[in-house]
Amino acid sequence: MKRYILGVAAATLLSTTAMAEEFAPAVVYDLGGKFDKSFNEAAYTGAERFKAETGVEYRDFEIQNDSQREQALRNFARRGANPVIAIGFSHANALEKVAREFPDTKFAIVDMVVELPNVRSILFKEQEGSYIVGKLAAMASETGKVGFVGGMDIPLIQKFACGYKQGVMETNADAEVFQNMTGTTGAAWTDPVKGGELARSQMDRGADVIYHAAGGTGLGVLQAAADAGKLGIGVDSNQNALHPGQVLTSMLKRVDVAVETAFKDARDGNWSSGFYTLGLAEGGVDWALDEHNEALITDEMKEAVAQARADIVSGKIEVHDYMATKDCPF
Amino acid sequence: MLDTIILILDSTVRLSTPLLLAALAGLYSERSGVFDIGLEGKMLGAAFAAGAAAAVTGSAWIGLGAGILVSIALALVHGFACITHRGNQIVSGVAINFLAIGLTALLGQDWFRQGGRTPPVTGDARFGSIVLPFADSLRDVPVVGGIYAELLSGHNILVYIAFLAVPFTWWVLFRTRFGLRLRAVGENPAAVDTAGISVTWLRYRAVICTGILCGIAGTYLSVAQSAGFIKDMTAGKGFIALAALIFAKWKPVPVMFACLLFGFLDAAAIRLQGQQVPGIGEVPVQAIQALPYILTVVLLAGFIGRAVPPKAGGTAYVKERS
Repeated sequence: MKRYILGVAAATLLSTTAMAEEFAPAVVYDLGGKFDKSFNEAAYTGAERFKAETGVEYRDFEIQNDSQREQALRNFARRGANPVIAIGFSHANALEKVAREFPDTKFAIVDMVVELPNVRSILFKEQEGSYIVGKLAAMASETGKVGFVGGMDIPLIQKFACGYKQGVMETNADAEVFQNMTGTTGAAWTDPVKGGELARSQMDRGADVIYHAAGGTGLGVLQAAADAGKLGIGVDSNQNALHPGQVLTSMLKRVDVAVETAFKDARDGNWSSGFYTLGLAEGGVDWALDEHNEALITDEMKEAVAQARADIVSGKIEVHDYMATKDCPF
Repeated sequence: MLDTIILILDSTVRLSTPLLLAALAGLYSERSGVFDIGLEGKMLGAAFAAGAAAAVTGSAWIGLGAGILVSIALALVHGFACITHRGNQIVSGVAINFLAIGLTALLGQDWFRQGGRTPPVTGDARFGSIVLPFADSLRDVPVVGGIYAELLSGHNILVYIAFLAVPFTWWVLFRTRFGLRLRAVGENPAAVDTAGISVTWLRYRAVICTGILCGIAGTYLSVAQSAGFIKDMTAGKGFIALAALIFAKWKPVPVMFACLLFGFLDAAAIRLQGQQVPGIGEVPVQAIQALPYILTVVLLAGFIGRAVPPKAGGTAYVKERS
């Protein structure tokens, strides 16, 4: 009898460790690194939250250059990590290759579509969040002129710009939106000096609220706006605290929610591959309101935004998706 | 219209300052016969040190000191490799660039845990703008007032240092004994040696000057123009400075004009982006961004003529064959 109980205990123990070993999630961050105060950090926050809630350890990797993408993904897959989540559109080619090699491993990619049976593609409706901050910008602007500074000139960033423009124009039809892109190479994400100059050039033309979607470059945009006593708008993570009182709000892109959900789905056996689009309705994008910007947001603005939000969720307002037409009608 | 021009020129001054400091830095080293393609690395190292020191101590001046020290240290490594050990100057310069890129990111991540960035600096930890006397009262005077208030006033101290360094460098090179010897050692080190002057010590002093100026350039990037260090924030400025140096045939005043030209093209590109140009319409971002490089090639090929480097540049001095 004693031996039997011991046997059962050992078996349970074995099976639980086996279970734990089986479930080993992993994240591969993009070039910005996991503490970029923005996009990648949001993914890290999601993974950490999952760890805190479930006690399951995850593995992660910060790539240092483009050639490491494939290595990192393959290494995780080979060592049995499952699911493996790639953060950022630049991982697409590498992921496509590796996902074919490991058809039994679950993969996910943020901001890009990879059409394979074992890949979950997570997209965000950045245009919806940008519409909301565009509305706020138009209401906060005194000159009726607002700016947008993008990072690399790619369709994804045009999507931010277009939603923002629509939000501004539908709030104030006479408004003027200045739009600039920092560059056409990866360096456009890490050039705060140029970001600052672009912001200054927009402010010289009269802009008094400037939204950035430019990663590290955007820190220069927010700095220039704060230096000039104007308002900036942050992106991806909550950047209100960078210059309290000088950042109108931040367009939140809940990569953290996407990562956490993917981990949970995989653990609970609810995993599904395919196409996921997270918008306002799904809580995938949002705007930030906290103690650093509450003085800037009037009740009127809050109401307008709540209304716009409800209209977008119900489908009454349709925010244009740049990706669909490769063109911005505003 | 005049306002726009003044604003573009104002932005030109801000953008050409780091180029000017780096190019003058290269001038000292290359005039003494030590080629230095490690300007980029020294600037990056200095930018990181300045950003880190300013963030920790809260003083921009301590940041400047740290930036200069790190830059001098890197310059001495270059000197040690190619003056003392007669190593290949190009290889050593490339090594310094790689060292700076890797080390700044690694230390930044280890110390501050913000993805290789330093914490943002504010207030006294940054070089603020200096308003020249009477700038506000003269602002309304037509033409001159605008130029004085917008263009000349309101920059930070490092900008003024950079532009004062031009006549100073000219004076040092062409009116002092040190300058004469420095130029001689770049053209004909054997003659300098025969005169009983140490080639090694002269060249070391030249690379230290390079270190100081590169240190100021890097500090300008991280605690004056921006607020904090960001990975790879020099973004090729060291190489553009090198191009300006060659462009200007290793002479201080032409170096200033070359740097202003590059700065102007950059500033104009930023202003023109997304605006309607009469007769053409909106110019694509790509075309605007290629403009500075296209103009450089055209100017270099068509107008400047042959740029002859210092004769002894790139070769280590060997006192005697043994």
